[in-house]
Amino acid sequence: MALKKEKDNEESPVAKEVLAQIIKNAAIAGKEQIALCQDCGTAVVFLELGQEAHIVDGDLVAAVNEGVRQAYKSGFLRKSIVKQPFSARVNTGDNTPAIIYTDVVPGDRLRIIVMPKGGGAENMGRLVMLTPAAGRQGIIDNVIKAMDEAGSNPCPPVIIGVGVGGCAEKTMMLAKKALLRKIGEHNPDVEIAELEKELLQKVNGLGIGPMGYGGRTTALAVNVEVFPSHLASMPLAINFSCHSSRHKETVI
Amino acid sequence: MQKRINLPLTDEIIAGLKTGDNILLSGVMYVARDAAHKRMIETLDKGQPLPFEIKGQTIYYMGPAPAKPGTVIGSAGPTTSYRMDPFTPRLLEIGLKGMIGKGKRTQAVQDAIRKYKAVYFAAIGGAGALLSKSIKKADIIAYAELGAEAIRRLEVEDFPVTVINDIYGGDLYEQGTAKYRIAGK
Repeated sequence: MALKKEKDNEESPVAKEVLAQIIKNAAIAGKEQIALCQDCGTAVVFLELGQEAHIVDGDLVAAVNEGVRQAYKSGFLRKSIVKQPFSARVNTGDNTPAIIYTDVVPGDRLRIIVMPKGGGAENMGRLVMLTPAAGRQGIIDNVIKAMDEAGSNPCPPVIIGVGVGGCAEKTMMLAKKALLRKIGEHNPDVEIAELEKELLQKVNGLGIGPMGYGGRTTALAVNVEVFPSHLASMPLAINFSCHSSRHKETVI
Repeated sequence: MQKRINLPLTDEIIAGLKTGDNILLSGVMYVARDAAHKRMIETLDKGQPLPFEIKGQTIYYMGPAPAKPGTVIGSAGPTTSYRMDPFTPRLLEIGLKGMIGKGKRTQAVQDAIRKYKAVYFAAIGGAGALLSKSIKKADIIAYAELGAEAIRRLEVEDFPVTVINDIYGGDLYEQGTAKYRIAGK
């Protein structure tokens, strides 16, 4: 839906055509049940486990990995995970291990969110340990810089997840989870929503466009998530999702 | 307007290509990405021949999803080219003529493209299902143990690409972005 809207709003004829091809690809993929992109990603899984829920008859992590194994086999999805990443890089053959994060939440359900994260967009992510002096402008400058340096590589139009605060790994997690938000939804905090709006406008002012061929639609959304930080720090994380932004959830 | 070109690329064909041209390629191309490029350079360093005759050929940077029964290949869109940049000038030197991927190349690669009279095309990233339709035949010809990263020989028909770097110094990413960039903070 967002892609169709941007296609109508785009000024560049080249960009319009790229968006049309992306939409056409999605239709073919849906109809013929082929992966819309050959990079079926790392299986990133967020579990929200209700504190009254009880996992029985086996190991939760093993069960998630078995689910990934089966899905990547029966779905004709590409197995893209290698072990020994700095040496032999041998494919694990079944797209495991999944990367699993678990939060304990109120209730008695288990919510499972799966985000197949492709390598191209993921490679463009950044962590910047800013100082408090860098301020709001520092956030803006660094997000724009990251997008400008990424260029075509993350398959624009992208969704940009931005995390501010916490410590290094927390801020990366904020940026990653920011990618799960529905397009068009803003941060409920007015001040943060203003920053999101300004970032989106400035990113689209870069002119990178769909697939980097030039145009007005470089990002479909910039989502900012914020957490309190240390007196001495302002960590900033930037994580990109490509135009496909694949994720799905279920509650059991 | 799309121009139809039969592979393999010749110097004459390449001279007629300009940055921004939309092309439909038909014929034979080879698939190789990260691991295969590393191995090919190691092979050349040992003075041994490559697993296929590279002179005049076109390489597509891609690792496909598995083929469903009754299909030639699974989803088959481009991977990001910059990761192959360290290996590329060497291959251009020994006769590689075309490359298909996505994303900007380094200055060293762009210089080599002009020096050795080659061309760099981009295919639409993420359009793997659509692009797989243009692939009529796909065979692993080397490094089968690399699975998705094996070297493959493809026969394609009307495979849609856009010229990014021609032999005249053009770069579609630079030119396109400059046209739509709004200056200032």
